[in-house]
Amino acid sequence: MMVKKNIAQILVGIDSNTVLSGARKVKTKLITEISKQGLSDQIAVIETGSIGPVNKGVVIGIYPTGEIYGNMSEEDVAEFVQERLVKGRPYKKRLLPERLPLEVDLSTYDPRRTQYVGRIVLDNCGRINPEDIEEYIGVGGYEALGIALKEKTPQEIISLVRDSGLRGRGGAGFPTGLKWSFAAREKETPKYVICNADEGEPGTFKDRLIMEGDPHKILEGMAICGYAIGANTGYIYIRGEYQLSIQRLKKAIEDAEKLGLLGQNIFGTDFNFEVKIKIGAGSYVCGEETALLNSMEGFRGEPRLKPPYPAESGFLSKPTNVNNVETLANVAPIILKGAEWFRKFGTEDSPGTKVYTILGQINRPGLIEVPMGITLREIIYDYAGGISTGEFKMVQLGGTAGDILSAELLDLPLDYKSLQEVGHNLGSGAILIMNESVSVVDLLKCGMKFFVHESCGRCSVCRIGTRQMYESFQRLEKKIAYPDELENIEELAKGLKLTAFCPLGQSVATPVLSALKYFKAELSEGIKPHKIYKPAVRNQSRAEIIYS
Amino acid sequence: MTVKEIVKRYGNKRENLLQILHDLQNQSPQKYLNKKDLEILSEEMKIPLSDIVGTASFYSMFSFTPRGKYLIRICESPPCHLLGAPAIFKVIESKLGIKEGETTPDGLFTLEGTSCLGICGVAPAMMINEEAYGNLTEEKISQILDQIREKESKR
Ligand SMILES: Cc1cc2nc3c(=O)[nH]c(=O)nc-3n(C[C@H](O)[C@H](O)[C@H](O)COP(=O)(O)O)c2cc1C
Ligand code: FES
Repeated sequence: MMVKKNIAQILVGIDSNTVLSGARKVKTKLITEISKQGLSDQIAVIETGSIGPVNKGVVIGIYPTGEIYGNMSEEDVAEFVQERLVKGRPYKKRLLPERLPLEVDLSTYDPRRTQYVGRIVLDNCGRINPEDIEEYIGVGGYEALGIALKEKTPQEIISLVRDSGLRGRGGAGFPTGLKWSFAAREKETPKYVICNADEGEPGTFKDRLIMEGDPHKILEGMAICGYAIGANTGYIYIRGEYQLSIQRLKKAIEDAEKLGLLGQNIFGTDFNFEVKIKIGAGSYVCGEETALLNSMEGFRGEPRLKPPYPAESGFLSKPTNVNNVETLANVAPIILKGAEWFRKFGTEDSPGTKVYTILGQINRPGLIEVPMGITLREIIYDYAGGISTGEFKMVQLGGTAGDILSAELLDLPLDYKSLQEVGHNLGSGAILIMNESVSVVDLLKCGMKFFVHESCGRCSVCRIGTRQMYESFQRLEKKIAYPDELENIEELAKGLKLTAFCPLGQSVATPVLSALKYFKAELSEGIKPHKIYKPAVRNQSRAEIIYS
Repeated sequence: MTVKEIVKRYGNKRENLLQILHDLQNQSPQKYLNKKDLEILSEEMKIPLSDIVGTASFYSMFSFTPRGKYLIRICESPPCHLLGAPAIFKVIESKLGIKEGETTPDGLFTLEGTSCLGICGVAPAMMINEEAYGNLTEEKISQILDQIREKESKR
């Protein structure tokens, strides 16, 4: 077994001032509370000299996030551990505006290792106070918007984004610049910019952390998009569970409006842009862009028939551009630093970085931003700290609607093209890593339960097909499956892929077909050995068998 | 606020329906949409009641039956499932003496299974009302439930 590595370190500043305020006591208490929560193997408590802020009593810092807390007393510690370390929220009562200097050593900078340095999307997360617009401006925030409005035409912006090669990070990987040009060429007004923050794909929480850590970056990206396509209104469609994100975005909008960075005549130009928030109500399919539009209009969140695409007829039947949170967070850095710079990261076909949430039986679950084109092996062994117990067995890439892959694909580069070439998809950014204790059937069954629940019910292939497959997996689990159960599942999955009305139903096939490809032997173990069964006539089509 | 006031706050355009339903449900002590309110809403927004119910029932956050003061939602999606959600579910069921979808007789707790809550980094995870809890163990759950019970008994 591998030795567990620390995920985080808490630095307790011990110097003559802080000792008087009880720094040693706080440190001892921290150690006891952390072990009480069973986190000792993940979080180390380390003594350092002065952390920076003075006259703030006992000061502690957290690495790698860089937050600093002051005036900590022994009484605070239990609550601090509960809030900050267990629930993962800042402990506001004692949070100081200062930040720990994060180690950025450009001389040894390696573009392939951008976990904490040189990040594009997460650059400010954990470095600035997300609720303070001054801090965002202090690190170059809203400069890109200023440059866009004053020095560039909408057409130039679209070309720049197109040249950067940015592709949508919401799952499909559609070239962003191209998408913008579709909305830009529409004559009808008003137009809308929508930020898709519904993030329902199990295992994905990158958008939440981007919104919580750097809300202004998304607003800036939306405003630039609005300018490029000719829209004056933006909406953020965000899932109802993300209360902290909602709160921070609301504050960010207010602050930006106060400074004239959103609203009327931005930067003294004649460009107006306002951003509003729409809150979802618990439905996975609403992340699909046309279902999202229906939901925004106050209807059931059922997908629409495409075409027309949103660029032509979207929100309230007006031209609309829908982008994912992470996509929009890439926009301001591209405008500021140029397409060339952006292309330095990642691969020729998929430039830039990708934010992943890594989960499962690994030593360091969490959020990473790495260049496109890195391999699964690097992610698992370099960033995730390796498998926590046992041996690597499989990985599900891109959430529950993603491919289930075996060890033979560990060296495949993660970018849109490489994956497409072997018939797979990058998906939303969730990487679920599993050891041999996890059974493929259990994983598929649990995933199918999710689809049964989230199928919107409008088309029968999806509504009934998901349930049929769920029952098949139940039989496989109990080892009472029919001899042709796997063929049935495969046929059903292919049928869904071909005939389901929307991409949700079509995507149900992804995990099923990939699991059949790589783990057929294991799945066959669920078939009952000596069942007396009259096989169906295989040269007839399934439909004839069922209805004859 | 009355239904009328809420509608007035947002305007009676269809696109505000979900927000209005959220507000209606949030202000109900039993966290549900009751028929009376919906009837008035139907009048105010000029949308047939059947349409409103049809829309609201699509979304898992809305309920038409009264729910407990503390709504416990346990994530059942694969990442949480693989790291122990089924056991967590059983522990809570036995501690509260209710099954999924039920409410304790004292009206304090309702238990629901849910899809991913977006806090998978600390799987297995759950939410109680707006509070998120992660890295759940049997011990931790006892602690959390006891704390709530204690708080409530002091009222
Ligand atoms: C079932 C389903 C769920 C989706 N959920 C999301 C989501 O939660 N967030 C998101 O950004 N895109 C989601 N998408 C993709 C969107 O339809 C759309 O492609 C995306 O928002 C476009 O933005 P992009 O070009 O920036 O990637 C989903 C798609 C499907 C089929
Ligand atoms: S899978 Fe449980 S919170 Fe995401």
